Formats: sequence, C-alpha cells, structure tokens
Amino acid sequence: MSKISFYVIVVLLIAIGVGTAWTRHTHTGEAFLPGTQRVVWQVEARVHFTATGDPVKVSLALPDATQRFSLFNERATSPGYGFAIVEKNHQPRGEWTKGSAQGPQTLYYKAEFVAQPRRAGKPLTLHPFAVEPVDWPEPAATAARQLLDAAREKSSDPASLIREIVKLLHAAPANQDAALLLDQGIDKAHLVARLLNQADVPARVLMGLYLEDARRRQSLSPMVEVYTPQEMIVVNPDTGEQGLPDNLLLWNEDDAGILDVTGGHHSSVKFSMIQRLVPARQIAQAQDSLFNILGVHILPIESQSMFKMLFLLPIGALVVVFMRLIVGIKTSGTFMPVLIALAFLETSLIPGLISFVLIVAFGLVLRNYLSYLNLLMVARISTLIVLVITIIAAMSLIDYKLGLSTGITVTFFPMIIIAWTIERMSILWEEEGPKEVLVQGSGSLLVAVLAYGLMTFKPLMHLSFNFPELNTVVIALMLLMGQYTGYRLSELYRFRELFKDSGHAD
Amino acid sequence: MLISPRKLAAAGILGMNSRNHDFIGRYNQRHLYPLVDNKLKTKRLAEKYGIATPKLRFVLHHQYEVKRTARLLAQRESFVVKPAKGSGGKGILVIVGRNGDRFVKGSGVEVTLHDVERHMSNIIAGLHSLGGNPDSILIEDVVQCAPWLAAYSYEGVPDIRVIVFKGYPVLAMVRLATHASDGKANLHQGAVGVGIDIATGCALKAVQQSRRIQIHPDNDIDLHALQIQDWTHLLEIAAGCAEMTGLGYLGADLVIDREHGPELLELNARPGLAIQIANGIGLVPRLRHIEALDTVHQDAAARVAYVQKAFAADMALAG
Repeated sequence: MSKISFYVIVVLLIAIGVGTAWTRHTHTGEAFLPGTQRVVWQVEARVHFTATGDPVKVSLALPDATQRFSLFNERATSPGYGFAIVEKNHQPRGEWTKGSAQGPQTLYYKAEFVAQPRRAGKPLTLHPFAVEPVDWPEPAATAARQLLDAAREKSSDPASLIREIVKLLHAAPANQDAALLLDQGIDKAHLVARLLNQADVPARVLMGLYLEDARRRQSLSPMVEVYTPQEMIVVNPDTGEQGLPDNLLLWNEDDAGILDVTGGHHSSVKFSMIQRLVPARQIAQAQDSLFNILGVHILPIESQSMFKMLFLLPIGALVVVFMRLIVGIKTSGTFMPVLIALAFLETSLIPGLISFVLIVAFGLVLRNYLSYLNLLMVARISTLIVLVITIIAAMSLIDYKLGLSTGITVTFFPMIIIAWTIERMSILWEEEGPKEVLVQGSGSLLVAVLAYGLMTFKPLMHLSFNFPELNTVVIALMLLMGQYTGYRLSELYRFRELFKDSGHAD
Repeated sequence: MLISPRKLAAAGILGMNSRNHDFIGRYNQRHLYPLVDNKLKTKRLAEKYGIATPKLRFVLHHQYEVKRTARLLAQRESFVVKPAKGSGGKGILVIVGRNGDRFVKGSGVEVTLHDVERHMSNIIAGLHSLGGNPDSILIEDVVQCAPWLAAYSYEGVPDIRVIVFKGYPVLAMVRLATHASDGKANLHQGAVGVGIDIATGCALKAVQQSRRIQIHPDNDIDLHALQIQDWTHLLEIAAGCAEMTGLGYLGADLVIDREHGPELLELNARPGLAIQIANGIGLVPRLRHIEALDTVHQDAAARVAYVQKAFAADMALAG
C-alpha cells in the first residue's frame, strides 16, 4: 500500500469519527464534556373556565417547537378529561373533552423546552401565506391610505416599510392618521398586519410567549409575521424590532385563536414558567434523532455498563501501543497491563496496586515451591490459578476482618492472567534473573497505571462512552504509530555505548 | 543520558521499529518463519542444502517419550536439550559431563536426571515456545568448539552471529559465554559480544551488557586479538542460508566444531540489534547499500566477495 493511500485512510478515519461526533453534538446536543448542563424551560398553561353542564370541548393552541426551542417532554393534567393532541393547519392543538361538567374548571398543560443553539443563517421555517384583502370603514380607509403613502415614501422594501409603519404608529406627537387607526379597537399587531396586507405584503399575527424565569400568570404576546419572497420576518409591533427574539417561544402561527371552549364561558389561559438545569445527556437521549442509533444508551442498563468498560479498552490499548512502539517499555505480556488497569478500575489505584503486587509476590513464592514438584506445565498453571484464587479469598477475608473495604473488589482481578503472569515471571527469574523480572514487572505496572490514569480521566470516559464513533480516531492513531519507524525513546539510551568512548568513530 | 535521535540516525543505527517495519516486515515472508522458528525444520532443511549442523540424537514429540529418553541419556557423557520452537536461546540445557549419577551443566552446576526430565516436560508443554504451544525436543551432541576460539570463551561454546540481508552478510559478531551468562552465548543474559570485521574476520570491539570491554571478564583474554579462521568460508555458509530459507533479513548463528568445522546452530528471522553495539557500526548504511544494488549476485561466494570489498572501508570506523 502506498504512503499516500495510507494517509488518506488515516485522514478519512479521523474525519469520519470527528465528523460523526460533531454532527451528533450539534443535532442532539450531546455534550463533549461530562457534566454539561442545559437550560430547560418548564412552561405551564393553565386554562380556566366555568362549565355550563353541557359536553365540554376545550381546544388550546400548543407551542410550535420547531424554531428556537425543542420540546423535551409534555403532558396534560386534567382529572376526568380526555386529552388528545391534534393538528390543524400545521398547528398542534391540545383537546380536552368531557361528557359534562359544571362549575369552575382548571386544566393544565405542562411542557419542557430546550433552547436550541442558534445556527447562524438558519431561516425561520414558517408556512407561507397569501395577502388577505383588507376592508376599512371610512374614515379609517383614508387614514390607512395616507399613513401607507407616508410610509411608502420613506421605504424601499418590505423590511423598511414595516419599520416606517411602526414608526408612524408610535410617532410623538401622534400622527393623526395613526391616532385614528389606533382608535378602531384593534390591537397594534393586527393593525400593522392589516396595513401591510393593504400594501400587498402578506402579513399576519402570531402569538408567542416570552420566557423569563419564575414568571406567573403571563399572557401571550402578539407578533407580526411578514412573508416576503426572500424571507419570513417576525416583527415586534411595539418596538418595530425585526427578528425572532431568543427567548420568545412561538405559540401559534395563525389567527385561529389560542383557546376555544365549547360548553363553558369566562374562559382564560395564563402561563407560568420556570427554568431548570438538566444534564445535557438526558436531553440528547430523549431526542428522536437518527444519530441516537449510534449511542449505546438505547441498550438495557446492564449491557450499558458492560459497554462502559468495553469502550475504555481502546484507550488502554492505545497506551500500550504508545509505550511499546514510541517509548519502548518492556512489559510482561503485551496486553496484560490493560487487563491490570481494568482491574484497577474496580479496586481503585492504590489498593489495587498493593493487592496486585502482594498477590504476584506471594504467587511467585508458591510457584517456586511448585517447581520442586516437577509438574507438567498445564497442571502447574492450573494449580497456580487455584492458589491465586485462594490468595485473593484469604486477602479479602483478612481485609474484611481488619475492617478495610477493598477486599471484595479484588476478586475482579483476572485470575488466569495473574496466574500466567506469575508463571512467566517465575520462568523469567530462572532464565534471566531477578533484574529482568523487576524491569518487566515495573514496566507492566507503569503502563497499567498510565492506562488506568487515562481510563479514569473523566472527559475521556465521557467521550469513550458517549461518542463511540471516536474509536475510528483511536484506530487512526494506532495506524500512525504502527508506521512509526523512528527510534524508540529507550533506544536513545540503549545505544549510548556506541557514542561513549568511540572518540575516533565520530 | 540520552543520545539525540539525529545523532543515532547519523551513525546509521537501526531501531527496533524500523527493523520490524522496513526490513523484517518487508523482506521476510510470514509463511517462511516456521522454517527458522522450528529448529527441527531448520535442521532438515540444512541437511538438504548440505550445510552442517550439530549431530541430532533424539527427537521427542510426546510426554511419554520423556522417561524412556531420559534413561537413554543417563548413559551419555554430554548432550544438549533444546526446544524446537524456543526463541532467544530459551530452554536450552547443555550437559557437558557427568559426576556419578549427576549431570554437569556448562556452568559447572550439577543437576539430577530428575531435573533433566522436568526440563524436557516443560519443553513438551510449551513453556519455552512462542505463544506457549506444545513443543518438541531436540537432543544433540555438544559442539566441541575449536580450541583457538574456545580459549576466548568461558564455560560454553562461542557462536558467530551473522546478519544476512538479501543473501549478503552485512554485520557479524562472536558471542562468548561468561560466568554471568551461565555458559550461554546470549547477549542479554550477560554474554560478551565481539564485533567481527566482515572483510578480515578480526575483532573490532567487544561489549558486555551494552558496556564496552576489552578483556574477557572471566579469563582475562584480550578480546581485540580475536580473529576468526577460515572467515570467508564461514560467511559463505551464512550467506547460503538466505537461499535455503528464502528470508531476506535473517540472523545466522554458527559454531566452529573442532572436527567438523563450521556448523549451523540456528537461524533467526528477527535478529537483535545489539550487534550494532558490538561492532560500533550502524546497520542502516549497509542495508541501504545492499538494497540499492541493481543486480543481486546469484552465488553465495560472489556475494561474500562483494561485501568483503564493499564494507572493508568501514575498518576506518573501528579505528
């Protein structure tokens, strides 16, 4: 394989891993760092009315959770009422129904919303609509015409026209035409919308809720929605400010009415809201995204915790690759350090280290005795496994009697690996002497401790479990190191003799 | 105290990663490894190619053969027990003599027949083999080293390691057993390595445990006086191993028997890098030199003649 295609693969692997992780991060809000929290708005709509004893049907416009906010969860509480969410003109509505009711009734709709990160340049996706014909009685018709003429004079496009209209309506001293129109008994939002329609600019009123922490008994605020061939413009009719405010939760888009009650009167709806913090993970996982398929959190908790461990292994393996190929540390058994590190995860570091060294040291003594018995190897190692288990059991017991708490978790040490380690070390001792045992033993422990350090590093744990696709990056790093043909760090020391006294060689 | 990588590279030192990637990975085909990893196969192959090896007495494949063979061994003065698939000299037991019922190891330590049996059981079970797979045992005659060379060693047979690249010997050293190495000629066990000039067969430098020495630590002989006799012939045997195995990068371990002359002890598809320290010469320039050759000499003798001329200039390095 040529060098170029190799690097292409490496770059591709990194791009796939990082790209998928990034897309998932932006789509589901899955956080890159552990403990990230997101603001969730809890909004409660309280519908109140007096029932007349007839069949009751209450229809409440529900928020449009497709713009700046996304719905995290919703529910309706209303004892004795049937509740359903229906869609009318692209608008969700909640419908409560009951055979008959008498007296004051209170219905609740509760929903939680998460603010979506604002994406630059992302247009609002409202539904287009046409100009509505406007019909004014005189003298309002003349006033409207004159006001529009004045506004048109100073404007060049819909956006500036809106600005001018709002400006004229708020002019001080009051513009006569404006004052007359404001006296017609329609609110400012509808007035702006009508004027725009008259100027052949499609406009209508939509309702939104300003989210402010710990507010109660709030009403919806009307906004003017203007449809131009290029874009949707949302205008605050009081200030003329254009654009959707960050804290405005759109409630309903068309003029159908927020609340519609049959079988009751004196109906009203009030809103309260409160803000709370929720772990980003919880929100990300609640979302119905295609990318969530990649997360392991759809599995049962039991398998999840297994994967939590499993996904840490690549980090350990990466440490081994680095320590062996780049640093050049000798370990006994290539991946034994990773297994030791996994065991440390269960026991925590210091107790784990102490028990590991104790078990191996004790095992070496017993192994030394076994060698006098002249056993066949398989039998010897099997005996060793049983002995290791006995040692661990004994240590746990002593531990327990002494009132320390590490005892139980020690049992998670991979016994067979330990038995093999003892066997290998013992042979190493016989063939190469205690020095080599010390070198390889401490090398293994060093790599294990390093792997443990990385495997318990919170951000890495979080990434490995929540973004398993980043494993492609791990593979890419391994591939890169597998191609490293430079000197190992240990070789810079190993070959020192070549330079020490060979003055003439230089 | 670390040497800068640039300095190492300038000296042409071959590193472990580069050896594995650029030479072993590139020139040694995986399917050929068993030929050298299994000493029995190497031996059979060498026989076919007319390369002398130490005389094979017994081959054991099964545990039940151990007792029977041990009884036969009880009548022998000296023998060597080797695992067929042992690596790095592991599991080799050299018995050089008898003391009544007891066997005397190369180092002078005495062991019982029981110990020998246990050793053989371990080999059969795969204790010394790569990956712990069940293994076979070779029992050979002890090499009677030529006295002129034996004089340099202590309690053990010296062997000559030649690195052969694409059939060309590129670097060589003699490994001398010491008391510390328990009669074994393995550098990492404390044997002395003496770099040998490819052109002349003369000693260049000597190291023990990566440290420069001039006198053998046990018998006070000046190692720099060492010169291998019949050097060209020995190199030709080593060079021939390339054709025999098909391996592009290999280490050939040879001994010189008092009666039979040079014999092939074993081959290694992953020869170590310490030979560079023993020679004070980096492998890289020589390997690149061979790699750059347009035409490869077909004949082992021609290849040896070529390197003896091409690498003679390196004498200057040795001072």
